Amino acid sequence: MQIPYTVEPRPDTGLHNAKIGIWLFLASEVMLFGGLFSAYVLLRTGSIVWPEGSSILSVPIGTFNTMALIASSVTMVLSWAALKMNDLSKFKMYMFFTYFLGLVFLIVKVVFEYLPKFEHHLYPSESTFLAIYFTLTGLHALHVLVGVIVNIYFWGPGSKMWETEPERFTNRVEVAGLYWHFVDLVWIFLFPVLYLL
Amino acid sequence: MDNLESIQKHIRNYIMVFGALAILTVITVGASYLQVGVVSAIVIAVIIATIKGSLVASIFMHLLSEKKFVYILLGVTALLFLVLMFVTLFTVNDQVGIHVS
Amino acid sequence: MTEINRESIWTKYIFSQDHKVIGLQYAFTALFFLLFGFALMMIMRWQLAYPGKPIPANGFIWVIALLGVVITLIGLFRSKKNVITLSGIIFLFMAWIIIYLTSGEGRMPEGIMIPDFYNSLGAMHGTIMIFLGVVPLLVGGLGNYVLPLQIGAPDMAFPKINMVSYWSYFLGGITMLVSFFVPGGAANSGWTSYPPLSDLATTGQTVWLFGMVLLITSSLLGSINFITTVIQLRTKGLTWMRLPFFVWAQFVTAFLLLLAFPPLEAAGVLQLMDRLVGTSFFLPSGLYVGTGPLPVSGGGSPLLWQHLFWFLAHPEVYVLILPAMGIVAEIIANNTRKPLWGYRSMVFATIFLGFMSFIVWAHHMFMTGMGTTMTAFFQTTTMIISIPSVIILSAFFISLWGGSIRFNTPMLFALGFLPMFGIGGLTGLPLGLASSDIHLHDTYYVIGHFHYVVAPGTIFALFAGIYYWFPKVTGKMMDELLGKIHFWGSMIFINGIFLPMFIQGLAGISRRLYDGGESYLHAQDVLFWNEVMSYSAWGLGLMQTVFIINFALSLRNGKDAGSNPWKATTLEWSAASSPPIAHGNFDNVPEVYRPAYEYSVPEASTDFIPQNQKEVK
Repeated sequence: MQIPYTVEPRPDTGLHNAKIGIWLFLASEVMLFGGLFSAYVLLRTGSIVWPEGSSILSVPIGTFNTMALIASSVTMVLSWAALKMNDLSKFKMYMFFTYFLGLVFLIVKVVFEYLPKFEHHLYPSESTFLAIYFTLTGLHALHVLVGVIVNIYFWGPGSKMWETEPERFTNRVEVAGLYWHFVDLVWIFLFPVLYLL
Repeated sequence: MDNLESIQKHIRNYIMVFGALAILTVITVGASYLQVGVVSAIVIAVIIATIKGSLVASIFMHLLSEKKFVYILLGVTALLFLVLMFVTLFTVNDQVGIHVS
Repeated sequence: MTEINRESIWTKYIFSQDHKVIGLQYAFTALFFLLFGFALMMIMRWQLAYPGKPIPANGFIWVIALLGVVITLIGLFRSKKNVITLSGIIFLFMAWIIIYLTSGEGRMPEGIMIPDFYNSLGAMHGTIMIFLGVVPLLVGGLGNYVLPLQIGAPDMAFPKINMVSYWSYFLGGITMLVSFFVPGGAANSGWTSYPPLSDLATTGQTVWLFGMVLLITSSLLGSINFITTVIQLRTKGLTWMRLPFFVWAQFVTAFLLLLAFPPLEAAGVLQLMDRLVGTSFFLPSGLYVGTGPLPVSGGGSPLLWQHLFWFLAHPEVYVLILPAMGIVAEIIANNTRKPLWGYRSMVFATIFLGFMSFIVWAHHMFMTGMGTTMTAFFQTTTMIISIPSVIILSAFFISLWGGSIRFNTPMLFALGFLPMFGIGGLTGLPLGLASSDIHLHDTYYVIGHFHYVVAPGTIFALFAGIYYWFPKVTGKMMDELLGKIHFWGSMIFINGIFLPMFIQGLAGISRRLYDGGESYLHAQDVLFWNEVMSYSAWGLGLMQTVFIINFALSLRNGKDAGSNPWKATTLEWSAASSPPIAHGNFDNVPEVYRPAYEYSVPEASTDFIPQNQKEVK
């Protein structure tokens, strides 16, 4: 026997199972980053001196990466809209841009930010600022990486489901999109907090 | 939101939100070069980030028209997030014999 | 579970996606860890009763090993049940690991315990009992098995995620076991892992952190599954106010797990960074260790860990107690043959309790130099949170009033829960008030308090649940006589362990003393209680063999139970006993017409009306 409401919404809640599942997961993610943000606030208010982010980090690179993630967020939602309009090839195009921009974010992060820091001996153990910077952005980058992998899957082998269960596939892309927008949302807060303040 | 026309309207919204997010990013970076005190800099940055965040959440994540359960869940989570953030902060700053030099 | 399909044993029993098999996997693994965590404590109790004397552990190990051999033989030759054979092998494994632990240079050279190993035992006893024993058995085991049946669902909402949840838990458990074998031994900074001590501790602490990350992942996946299942898969007619109380308890518990664990995960990541990358999140400036200053950047805050840790660990207390209350509610309603008194107020009390449990955490931290404002705040919230617990407990007591009570084994354990949890709760009040906490903090009084909540409280409820649902799972009844011996024996011995702790605590004995207070003048008057407690602990261990024997024997030749031996009303009893392993559970999807506890309805001919029965006959 099949599990009910995997595709169609349950009448009294108006939601299908995966939609509830992803929102619950995102709620727990809010608390995960909440714990780290409150660590940041506590350590910063408890410190005697705190460096200005822009004196250590490169604001232009950070701005570029912010734009990349925002753009990938909009292509993500456009790819879902393309599926809603029954256009698989358009979906594939937007999905390609989504994970491509995600990869750009990661490469810029590692090659132009992390590695030069290490070259200048700016390790996490150097100061509390660098420690929280590497921890927060590292954990966020891990989330981006997971998102990229998921999106590549739906762009490639996962899209076969479109032939058999188009509605279920659209739901899956929507759920992956919610996760991806959340990752974007976290960055929207991380960027000013770490780079600009 | 299933008919074609409303989807196309949504797509226009998405593009507009993208524009707004890009402009707000430029504004927040620009504002950081203003010579204001730390407190007002934090207030400005957090307000702009909140506006951007709400745009992403309400339009991209469709929170403007979501079901009741999601609102309840996110309401509880937001409340607990604030508790974790501020009650912890208050407690740590309410220490006996704390020295701020 | 009677017939084994050889072709698909891997997908059917090992990487199963069926909630019943996963529930059993959880339950057996958790029972193993409960016993193992208990064994660690029994070794500790030797040191506390006879500090510095070599342990005569042989007898104890022989009991376990012999039990292992007997059970393995029964499994292999008499009953041909793989589960029994497997349990026997697990017992042999446990005997071996205890032989390993009670010998060796770094642990107990010539049977004499060294202080670091005592600390390891303490830390791992706490971790294993809470995160690997009680919670997985309550939520992963009983919750997984019973909850979908009680709401008339074919399975959990996400069967694959359910499977991953179990295996993540399993790996977390293995990680914790492995930590005993790394250089320096297992984690030895207490189950709370307070820095800076834990930041500087031996490798075992790193393994502990990795294990915790796996366990947190497991409970995160589990809680998402539970919440979605309750919201989406309730069968037709099963409205929120018709849910069995057990389902409500699991539902609120899942929210606590979902939202309270992530901050600890964050803290775990930060501590891993401190230990592996050399950051100073929890290391303050100017920290001296040994002869010189510690070469770190400093600027961290040890209090940060305490906040993030207790933000989880206080809700965790309610994770331990709410499902236990759920079990007790089911059994009391069933055996008093009356509807639960005040069902609605119990439900709202549970929701309120769940919410309040997030804003009381710093009452564990009164002694960290908190100022008066926040102390007053947390003191107030702590007093407020006792109200819903009292509502629930009162509802249980009033439910007994005027019932024609059946004193069977599950009911005895459920009745035992009430005063035990009452003692545990009431002794918590002085700890929630800052002025009395100054005296009692970190003494044996604290140990006594929370063990009354968790051990004779929650674990009694767990046994009640096992005796109650055993017939549903296996189709056989457990033996009543052995069950009653198990109950009365456990009741006496468990109070023998924990009641003296209040006396010692009030006398000011610290909870972490390696010699049990022998070298302290102020402890001399209450020192003899250590022996009483230790003998009670070993007696309690002996009583559990009665349970194990009962379990194995009943599995082999228990009375046939039929599908509804307790004449209960909730939906799980309308499924066949030992429901077939496949998504589905019910022959026909049940529909619900009435509240959960329609016992002794005046116009009915029987004294119970199942939830899925339409007319009153």
